[in-house]
Amino acid sequence: MLSLRDISIAFDTPQGSLQAVRNVDLEVPSGESVGVVGESGSGKTVLCRGAMGLLTTSSVHRSGSIVFDGQDLSVAPRDVVREQFGTGMSMIFQDPMTALNPVRRIGAQVSEALRVRLGMAKADAMARSAELLRLVRIPDPTEMLRKFPHQLSGGMRQRVMIAMAIACRPKLLFADEPTTALDVTVQAQILELLRDLRRELGMSMVLITHDLGVVAGNTDRVAVMYAGEVVEQAPTRALFARMRMPYTEALLNSIPKVDQPSGQRLRVIEGRLPDPINRPPGCGFADRCPYVQPKCRAEHPPLAADPDGHLYRCWFPLGGGR
Amino acid sequence: MAGSGMGHMRVGADAVLEARNVVVEFKSGGGRKVHAVSNVSFDVLRGETLAIVGESGCGKTTLGKAVLQVPPPTSGEIVFEGRDLTRLGKDELREARTAIQMIFQDPISSLDPRMTVKDLVAEPLWIWRRGDEAARAARVNELLENVGLDPKLVLDRRSYEFSGGQCQRISIARSLALEPRMLICDEPVSALDVSIQAQILNLLQDMKDRFGLTMIFISHDLAVVKAVSNRIMVMYLGKVCEVGTPDAIYARPAHHYTAALINSVPAPDPTRTRTAIPLWGEPPSPLAPPSGCRFRTRCPAATELCTQEEPQLREVRPDQFVACHHPRA
Repeated sequence: MLSLRDISIAFDTPQGSLQAVRNVDLEVPSGESVGVVGESGSGKTVLCRGAMGLLTTSSVHRSGSIVFDGQDLSVAPRDVVREQFGTGMSMIFQDPMTALNPVRRIGAQVSEALRVRLGMAKADAMARSAELLRLVRIPDPTEMLRKFPHQLSGGMRQRVMIAMAIACRPKLLFADEPTTALDVTVQAQILELLRDLRRELGMSMVLITHDLGVVAGNTDRVAVMYAGEVVEQAPTRALFARMRMPYTEALLNSIPKVDQPSGQRLRVIEGRLPDPINRPPGCGFADRCPYVQPKCRAEHPPLAADPDGHLYRCWFPLGGGR
Repeated sequence: MAGSGMGHMRVGADAVLEARNVVVEFKSGGGRKVHAVSNVSFDVLRGETLAIVGESGCGKTTLGKAVLQVPPPTSGEIVFEGRDLTRLGKDELREARTAIQMIFQDPISSLDPRMTVKDLVAEPLWIWRRGDEAARAARVNELLENVGLDPKLVLDRRSYEFSGGQCQRISIARSLALEPRMLICDEPVSALDVSIQAQILNLLQDMKDRFGLTMIFISHDLAVVKAVSNRIMVMYLGKVCEVGTPDAIYARPAHHYTAALINSVPAPDPTRTRTAIPLWGEPPSPLAPPSGCRFRTRCPAATELCTQEEPQLREVRPDQFVACHHPRA
């Protein structure tokens, strides 16, 4: 469905070129859900926005190929890429509080894509919008069309965002931290909704999140990003069964879990991401890694693969090998 | 859930804070009232961390602020170290409040962007005229070192130059300036990345141990709460559902709402079979809360009794109290 090859994205800044994404390969097979996991600043959002062609100002430099549905979008002109928005791929943005326009009614916002992209008449678009709201399990959808965003809870606003994103039946949905701002109970509802919609509409999905818990139950494959690179990639079950990259393990260990005894100290990842402008020559995780060796600081590890296709970027992976 | 009652209060124990029958209501349009907190009682013993847990809108932040009298509760008592804060005069209250400090959810917007870190941390000391200039400067350095920041590097910078985790460290340093005995943390880590979250939680734990603090920890994240608290109080729509130790509550939640909250936490384990969605819909409006048990409209076990009668908190197992007519086994 979507195939990213050797994607690099850099921003011009007064301090120099900032490499936000470096040489990333990512496959999203048709009908599958792929998780992109990492901390703030790991490049996961930039990667997905770049893949969608949303970063187009002159200070952004993108290289690599983006093949979507058989078409190379990285060399296609802007209006051809735009053709894919909504019908080909669409995106749910992170913050449902600010992503909706506060001065327009819900109906106008949901029906906009239908009218612009599909050329529907106003009345038809409104009727279809009500159906979409029903599809995302909003009670009393016709009433909802007349409301303004401030009258809605966070969970309801996120449902509206999802309705807008799926309005034109996209083949691929990017969901950028779709539940981070929500309560756990609402998070569970939204994730369930996304699973159902994916099945009903046969959509592929890229789920961007910092939460390995969310990834575990909602994706077929996971790519872990760190400092702009994919550092580990595998089918979700294989990844959790056998983590190869010390960073992934550290990320998992730092999550508080409900089945751990109370009152224990949490395990932390000390330190912080390397400077994205002046990168150290070796592995970006070396300064924070409990298993660091001299080689890690000197040489940048290339992506290695296990026989089963499990990818990792480490000189001394967990469980041995290499 | 709609629980009221005092069954869970520990008589004769060394309670730093006792809140009794606290009610907070706000006026709304058309003569209606928002029932934000309705008849909640709790106590916090010296050195304990009480976690107040619930969804957005359950009244947990309002309750935390009511302890500090911002605003004062509509009715009820807040007894801190033997004094009822609701009865104190303005000056007495200001003075009493130096012993209770609050840390807020959004670390970046809760710090004045025009002030340097030095001024942010020193401000409580000026206001209360603690020490002279040199003593205050020394104290600021000490506070920043306590929270893991290098004074030389941060003193003259402003909040916007820092990450969320660092801002939260500055907030913690500031809150400790007046040597409080109680800290109220309102969702202190929900705006932070998981890796930073663990650092801040450990820091709070260290500060608590080192300075003998008593804590109220307000959060919607049950996993975080389990890691830091000695006692948990689950709230729903302004009422208490369940009170107990984390180990008891997580092992055998007696309230259907508590069980739903725990089941909603996504487990980082793809082999775990997915249970059905534990809770549908959203809480009803606090303008017109349901009669009887306030949770009954979403509860799988609700009966006619729940409509008519409000359940009172009672002990189901040693040190585990639940306000439910039909508690889980």
